[in-house]
Amino acid sequence: MTINRRGLLASGAALGLAPLAASPLSRPAIAQGAPLKIGMITTLSGAGSYLGQDIRDAFQLAIDMEGGKLGGAPVQLLVEDDGLRPGQGKQVAERFMKNERIRLLTGIVFSNVLGAVAPDVLDAGGIYVSPNASPSNLAGKECNKNFWSIAWQNDSLHESAGQLATNLGQKRMFILAPNYQAGRDALTGFKRLYKGQLAGEVYTRLDQTDFAAEMAQIRAAAPDGVYQFHPGGLGIAFLRQYIQAGLMANLPMTLAAPSMDATTLAAVGDAAVGVNLTSHWNTDFPNEASKRFVAAFQQKFNRLPTFYAQQSFDAALAIGAALKGTGGKVDDTEAFYRAMKPANFESTRGKFAFGSNNHPVQDWWALKVENVAGKPALVTKDRVLTNHGDAYSSQCHF
Amino acid sequence: MTPGVALLLEQLLNGVQLGVTLFLLAAGLTLVFGIMGVINLAHGSLYMVGAYAAAITATTTGSPWLALLAGLAAAAATGMVVEFVVLRRLYARDHLDQVLATFGLILFFNEGMVLLFGRQPLFVNVPEGLRGAVRVLPGVDYPVYRLLIIAVGLAVALGLYLLIQKSRIGMLVRAGATHREMVRALGVDVRLLYTLVFGLGALLAGLAGLMAGPILSVQVGMGESILILTFVVVVIGGIGSVRGALFGAVLVGVVDTLLRAYVPGLLRQVMAGSEADALGAGLASMGVYLLMALVLLAKPRGLFPAHA
Repeated sequence: MTINRRGLLASGAALGLAPLAASPLSRPAIAQGAPLKIGMITTLSGAGSYLGQDIRDAFQLAIDMEGGKLGGAPVQLLVEDDGLRPGQGKQVAERFMKNERIRLLTGIVFSNVLGAVAPDVLDAGGIYVSPNASPSNLAGKECNKNFWSIAWQNDSLHESAGQLATNLGQKRMFILAPNYQAGRDALTGFKRLYKGQLAGEVYTRLDQTDFAAEMAQIRAAAPDGVYQFHPGGLGIAFLRQYIQAGLMANLPMTLAAPSMDATTLAAVGDAAVGVNLTSHWNTDFPNEASKRFVAAFQQKFNRLPTFYAQQSFDAALAIGAALKGTGGKVDDTEAFYRAMKPANFESTRGKFAFGSNNHPVQDWWALKVENVAGKPALVTKDRVLTNHGDAYSSQCHF
Repeated sequence: MTPGVALLLEQLLNGVQLGVTLFLLAAGLTLVFGIMGVINLAHGSLYMVGAYAAAITATTTGSPWLALLAGLAAAAATGMVVEFVVLRRLYARDHLDQVLATFGLILFFNEGMVLLFGRQPLFVNVPEGLRGAVRVLPGVDYPVYRLLIIAVGLAVALGLYLLIQKSRIGMLVRAGATHREMVRALGVDVRLLYTLVFGLGALLAGLAGLMAGPILSVQVGMGESILILTFVVVVIGGIGSVRGALFGAVLVGVVDTLLRAYVPGLLRQVMAGSEADALGAGLASMGVYLLMALVLLAKPRGLFPAHA
């Protein structure tokens, strides 16, 4: 028996379909009177899997801390993996809505998956509460009354980083991000508030793990600083190779929160000391809600919560506040909107409000990686932006 | 040397280094195809097993040598067990069954790794003494560890050449690929030969994985993304040809790296910056597939067909 090329290529194509076959079969719907089901689609495999894990764990933690309820309403969280594939996320969403009759969805990490899933959910009259991805289109022209962003609009992460780079006096920066919606939002956002010049602008691939070619380009461009946005495992690989190429010592890096979370920091270690970044929250925030959350998360999972975990926890709290207002119902989206909008929950970031387009208006903080008791840790410094919304809210009309 | 030339040389080295990693994977894959006629989608899982075993040994013992041994041993042993338990039953079946079974193995290995080690990526440091960069040419500094990867890959290529072309086992391997029944009729234990070849392929995949560990993050699913490129290499090189795997791998590595490094810059001269970058990144990621299409147009059986 010999193998022909066609068979070989077909099997390569089959690889791409891998996670489709991996999804479990749909479960039968449960009778009425059962707890309110919340559908979570998140990334639990591949390079972004620890992000989805933190989102899942923190959301469940919020439910557990209220004894299986959110805002007094009994809820049940159903979780499925999107494998960082938009098509797979779409299928899971369809199954959640048709077979399980779920009206409230959450959990997506990556903007490209959200871009495929959100229109389906919203067109079918469902509600989507985003604990992470918030691409520019959903904040502006294509905004929707039933789409809620809890974390930030993608650009704001990077606007704050651009402001910080300006504050730090960076004159000529090299900027990089993966070539997908959130990556393009990242560089656009960064450039919006960064006042210096650009030594170079590079888009990497979302499935890239070796950045040797980019390291050589950075060195050749001789910038005075580097800004990069690579979430999850990509960012770890990028930082480690940046250090291995000997660039960290001479070229300071300014980052947005997703490029230096607690897990990344643990991976990179002492070499990250001195890196500047911005965030809407940090584990050392002094407010009670944050302290309670960090302690409970650490006790249950024995690791530091990342920003993703915090965002998911806040998403659960925000949903809880809305459910309290609607008496645990999500069928009337108008009532849900009215109950959700005031954001009557104790956010772990201290203060939190929704802007006109259902995206957060919040403060942004400078963080720095410092040695705390012999271990590198993220330490909160000054406020960078106050009551910062996003650049797209004026384009949004419900 | 002008900065432009230095940069080009550095990018060429990067391309060769990626190519060498791909070669280590493709060599095993192409041998298994060529000799046993089996499509093994789980080859990337062996890469992952090697990387995990080495990463865990390195963090617990701190010894790079033990990590090397553990990575190689774990990958080879896993490969031979897989051959013995699963693949042996599939030689007579058609390719769809093989693809289904080895695809099942991917799921099994990925979920197994999640159960054993969790979803958080593991981290290994580059061994002491291999950190930092050396000046390979005036104006070109290159990380020592990546140079080592290139050296190891080329040494493996030479070793495989000697093994397959000059040794008795290699003769059987070559004969097994082209005249299987005749080899069996001469009294050679073909089943043992298959297990050994599969183990060798797994060993090389493990070597690639454990060397990539300190550069990339060691995580579940790391084998799948590189496996797709490996398939491209095998097809370009010619199925079953180790020489083809070497040339195909270096070609794919260099082309992929150079496109990524230079296409956006070239486009930027004719269009606006951010559009050029986005389009360039897209074109560069299509590049290797275009290359494959071009090679197949000119040489439908790959650059070095094994059974010409």
